[in-house]
Amino acid sequence: MATDGQKRMIAVFLTASFLLYSFYLYYAMPFKRDIKNQEASEGKLVWQRYNCNACHQIFGLGGYLGPDLTNEYSLRGHDVIIAFIKSGAPSMPVFHMTEKEMNQLVAFLKDVDRSGRADPRTFTIKSNGTIEQ
Amino acid sequence: MEPSNNKYPASSKLFILTGLLLLSVGMMFGLIGMLQYLIPGFLKQYLSFEKIRPLHVSSVVFWIIFGAIGSVINYVQQYTGRVIYSQRLVNIQWALFVGTTILILVSYCLGMFGGREYWEFPPVLALPIIAGWLLFSFNVIKSMPTFRHQPVYVWMWLTGVVFFLFTFLESYLWVFPSFRNNIVNDMTIQWKSYGSMVGAWNMLIYGCSIYLMEKISGDKNYGHSTIAFALYFTGLFNLMFNWGHHIYTLPSHHFIQYISYAVSMTELGILGRILWKWKSSLSDAKKHFHYIAFRFLVAADWWIFLSLLLAIMMSIPGVNLYTHGTHITVAHTMGTTIGINTFLVLAIAFDILHVNCFGAVPYTKYFNKAYWLANISLFVFWIALILVGIEKAKWQMGANRIPFSSMMHQIHPLFYFVFASGLMLATALLVIIYPMIKHQLECYSSQKSSHVKSV
Ligand code: HEC
Repeated sequence: MATDGQKRMIAVFLTASFLLYSFYLYYAMPFKRDIKNQEASEGKLVWQRYNCNACHQIFGLGGYLGPDLTNEYSLRGHDVIIAFIKSGAPSMPVFHMTEKEMNQLVAFLKDVDRSGRADPRTFTIKSNGTIEQ
Repeated sequence: MEPSNNKYPASSKLFILTGLLLLSVGMMFGLIGMLQYLIPGFLKQYLSFEKIRPLHVSSVVFWIIFGAIGSVINYVQQYTGRVIYSQRLVNIQWALFVGTTILILVSYCLGMFGGREYWEFPPVLALPIIAGWLLFSFNVIKSMPTFRHQPVYVWMWLTGVVFFLFTFLESYLWVFPSFRNNIVNDMTIQWKSYGSMVGAWNMLIYGCSIYLMEKISGDKNYGHSTIAFALYFTGLFNLMFNWGHHIYTLPSHHFIQYISYAVSMTELGILGRILWKWKSSLSDAKKHFHYIAFRFLVAADWWIFLSLLLAIMMSIPGVNLYTHGTHITVAHTMGTTIGINTFLVLAIAFDILHVNCFGAVPYTKYFNKAYWLANISLFVFWIALILVGIEKAKWQMGANRIPFSSMMHQIHPLFYFVFASGLMLATALLVIIYPMIKHQLECYSSQKSSHVKSV
């Protein structure tokens, strides 16, 4: 059986690797952290404030009552997004937003759209089980 | 088994009692949410789904957290044979948590959101939770007379306490613009923290259930055994590195996918160990099945097996591509949070609450039926959600997609199964927990009236 010292060594090794991995990720983010697009950045907060995420997904994560909106901007466009916010749908409430908030939200969805494609059909599965886009 | 629980102050019971109340309320919100799937527009005006979903999620997540805290505080006392370091801190922590939970639920009703998965409340409300958790950590650490030669469950409690704090703080990095400005960066860190956070509360709960198991079986060797520590380190390894399966399809770093995939496969070892031990577990089950707490441990064992099977499959990126963004993910979450977390905390709750100021609490005559109904309806619920998920997966991957609303219309009949089984499950669980809540409340009120301290 392992001694206390050996167990501690394993725990310290794992924790150190975990911290290294964590801080590496904070440091080397997948994308640059520039704030070129202030409007989109505000739009993200609008998205959160109205909790769109409870019914919609981005990259497949979120609630499932409504469709994934990652690529809504390129698929349906600015006007459809505005129309849904203003009129709602049977399961989607009408949101009473200011014009500014709506534009920020659309800017956010445009930014999300540019960051990648969420459609699972655009991936290929490799023989070792991993996926690639 | 000796009912030794009553020696210690009742505050750990208060956490469990509050948790049970939150579970009851949370299940109600869950049922309303399901009705909103069945009847589009149901309660849309007052409690639309963007309010119901967080009401449900936060209530039940707080059930698990309150339950885990109450269990740890109680078992730390039983294990060390001493009263917790500071009774007062426990009470302050409880008041902080209850106050915050109420504020959170009210803010949802008022339509005030932070809009993040799990923690959908405005971010300022995270501050009292952090403060409460620091008090809890301090109290648990100070209550340990020594850290030498401790059994595995003490390691698990300490791991859970530390990692919950770390991951909870990490999940709030988004408040800094440089972390949230790019959606891919933001979601990478968000799901990194959530994946590990679930592992952290599992450490607290699994640790308590191992303690309970030792207590029931009378075998004090397991906690120090090599296999117990091997499983613990495998769990810890997964807690730290397997979270990537949440974001395989996110255009993030490729190495996240490879690391998560490889690490997740070590869970096959845990699965193998369950299968290996199956026969002896069955004979143990026969021996102790009369004991109510034990029954929930047995049920949780089954759910660990089923959930692990599903989880390992979903950790293969090629399979995940199909299941991601569908109710198969929900099925997995329900299996783990109800079948494992809830059943384990219920087992512990029975152990802690079954002897109170009136002596042994009588079980209702409905208990047996409710227990079986809970298990069977959870299984039907789980299967129904998987079937809904399979239909959505077929739609997502299909060459010619019909509109989203038509797809939802097509799978609508399946939601009746989800709702009906969910309703049965909630009924069964309420039948089980109602007497626990009632007896404990009666106990508190009788103590108040006679000014008897529960020490
Ligand atoms: C209570 C649930 C709910 C909330 C909250 C919600 N939606 Fe929706 N949304 C839906 C549903 C359901 C649909 C599908 C309606 C249909 O196709 O009939 C939808 C459809 C949409 C569509 C059209 C998608 C398409 O291509 O068919 C857009 C755009 C949209 N929502 C944007 C938003 C935004 C922005 C927010 C937040 C301000 C939001 N939604 C909040 C439920 C919701």
